[in-house]
Amino acid sequence: MGDQLMTDNASTTTTTMTMAGAINAGLRAAMERDPKVLLMGEDIGALGGVFRVTDGLHKDFGGDRVVDTPLAESGIVGTAIGLAMRGYRSVLEIQFDGFIFPAFNQITTQLAKMHYRSHGNITLPVVIRVPYAGGIGAIEHHSESPEALFAHTAGLRLFSPANPQDAFDGIQQAIASPDPVMFFEPKARYWDKGLVNTGAVTSRLSEAASTIDIGRARVAREGTDVTLVSYGPTVRLALQCAELAAQDGHSIEVIDLRSISPLDTDTVVKSAKKTGRVVVVHEANTTHGIGAEVSARVSEQAFYHLHAPVLRVGGFHTPYPGATFEHEYLPNLDRVLDAVDRVMTH
Amino acid sequence: MAPSTRTLIAPHAREKHVDTHGPLSEDGLVRLLDHHGERLEDDTFSRFADHLTPEDLRGFWRDMSVLRAWDMEATSLQRQGELGLWVQSLGQEAAQIGSGRALRDPDFVFPSYREHGVALTRGVDLPNILRIFRGLEHGSWVPNEHGFHLYTLVIGAHALHATGYAMGLDRDGLVGSGDADKDGAVVCYFGDGATAQGDIAESLTFAAVNNAPVVFFCQNNQFAISESTTRQSKVPLADRAKGVGIPSVRVDGNDVIASHAVSKWALEHARSGNGPVFVEALTYRMGAHTTSDDPTRYRTRADEQYWAERDPIARLTTYLDGIGELPRSFRDEVEAEGKALGVRTRETVRGWDKPATMEMFDHVYAQPHATVQAERAFFERYQNSFADVQGQG
Repeated sequence: MGDQLMTDNASTTTTTMTMAGAINAGLRAAMERDPKVLLMGEDIGALGGVFRVTDGLHKDFGGDRVVDTPLAESGIVGTAIGLAMRGYRSVLEIQFDGFIFPAFNQITTQLAKMHYRSHGNITLPVVIRVPYAGGIGAIEHHSESPEALFAHTAGLRLFSPANPQDAFDGIQQAIASPDPVMFFEPKARYWDKGLVNTGAVTSRLSEAASTIDIGRARVAREGTDVTLVSYGPTVRLALQCAELAAQDGHSIEVIDLRSISPLDTDTVVKSAKKTGRVVVVHEANTTHGIGAEVSARVSEQAFYHLHAPVLRVGGFHTPYPGATFEHEYLPNLDRVLDAVDRVMTH
Repeated sequence: MAPSTRTLIAPHAREKHVDTHGPLSEDGLVRLLDHHGERLEDDTFSRFADHLTPEDLRGFWRDMSVLRAWDMEATSLQRQGELGLWVQSLGQEAAQIGSGRALRDPDFVFPSYREHGVALTRGVDLPNILRIFRGLEHGSWVPNEHGFHLYTLVIGAHALHATGYAMGLDRDGLVGSGDADKDGAVVCYFGDGATAQGDIAESLTFAAVNNAPVVFFCQNNQFAISESTTRQSKVPLADRAKGVGIPSVRVDGNDVIASHAVSKWALEHARSGNGPVFVEALTYRMGAHTTSDDPTRYRTRADEQYWAERDPIARLTTYLDGIGELPRSFRDEVEAEGKALGVRTRETVRGWDKPATMEMFDHVYAQPHATVQAERAFFERYQNSFADVQGQG
């Protein structure tokens, strides 16, 4: 799982992990903490999932807790709802982003609404893990970013980690949440490595799981000229842009939203008021998307601080194209820097 | 398990040239009380009805009669503008009361939205159901207090919840322990239209491979709004279960005794750890789909007359009367009970105040969500701004 760098005490155990490894370790910690935590999905057992995120968990926890389900996404989510009504906390793996749609009805009409419908008498602490986004040269339905479709639905929380630390903390916080959480995992970042403090979240969760707030954004880099807002797979790109822009004398602030629902408007607006220029970057097509929501909130709350319109850089309003197109379709350094130039010269 | 084969078929199905083994045929129906009020024997299922005393049967008769009186009252309330919509259970009393009275405390029910009779058997106060249809809320009872989940309006979606819940019962060791006070099963009610939904197919698969204690109780009331069951299936609906290895039974859903016997068998099968069961109760939706529907556009008077002669309450009246077990005094008592419930329902419904507007923001999430909090705060200020103006005016 990685090299342990130092071990002072439980709260400062820092290890190098890939994001996939960090999620795996987070799942393991949650399962060890709570016997009611189950994993369900297609091929997550002996195979360890098509991305190996559940590697070794079937062997260690058994087939009753790491459950290979029938190949039916609606069934996976629907049965998790019933299990949740019996007190089980299911963590579901949807094999690929583009395969979540058979479960769309269960997620939006049932999972999202049960707490409301029941006046809070029924809580459904279900986590839906979705390996998402592109950049891996895959065939159709394996590279999509459908998060806006779910962010539009009241009753769901959406989280997307951009690094191993947030993946490790986030998956455990998602499992601890009494609300349904969709956990969007940027599959192109699965093998990126980073330092993970494995102690902090664990001790916080065991003390006060119910008070954990997974809705806060993170200022990933401080700057003064332009705010780049991103999440998940494109945070690394935003940081690279900031590095390059610095060579041109532009100071870029990078905000990693982490939580897509709720959006941490305060952190974004605070930054927008400081820089006066905002560019939102994500892989999903920009039409009716998360960037549009960020842009609207910034214009509503920081209008007189803006020196330029809020711009969006993302996918186009087309189906996700064949993999040979994806490096033009997806935001890249040139396209983000172009947007930075445009807000700087407006 | 196959009782005597019958090839009767409903008039509208005959008109549509359905073969006699289609989804509206009476092939293989378990029937213990025919529409003339005659008791019948069944090699397999009679023994699940042998325990029923005349007092038990009078109890069924009371439940069905009170339910029908109340259902009529709710329809009147809708016509008078007190409810936005009403969904009648008229004609399905035997399937619902017969099965509902086979339930025990540890069992849990996932209803569709027409199961008012089952709600009655689970102790839900019937007038309370109308809060949903008056637009006051989406769920007006606490499921765990009754072992009766909220109504689900998305057809078939709840069958997966039922299956998951049953998988949970199994994991919790509450199935097949041999302790009658502990072992439970889950009953999922749905209709003929639902059998065409993918969620029903997925539920059958998940229940089968997990050996989950679910009784899939399909009330084939012959119509999905206007569409005949022949538009949902080429074969009897119970046959759907065969393909996934779930035992299934067809029962005359207008025969409360057979509905009870088959349900009792099915529940015992599931509670004992033998896995899921599929019951198809062939009945007839005597009313409209809802108060917004107009059945005259898609079915004939002859069809309705045919099924009126097979009324689930009338046949039990004939039978009990024939054996001298339905005294006038009891009938009067039940009639008074129905009327009193009607009066109470009317007064209750008219007495309900609109909930406070800000309640629409409650319980979207279990923990505070920034967007909901911000919008709630905005709307509260907005609402209060009118109060200020009025105060100043």
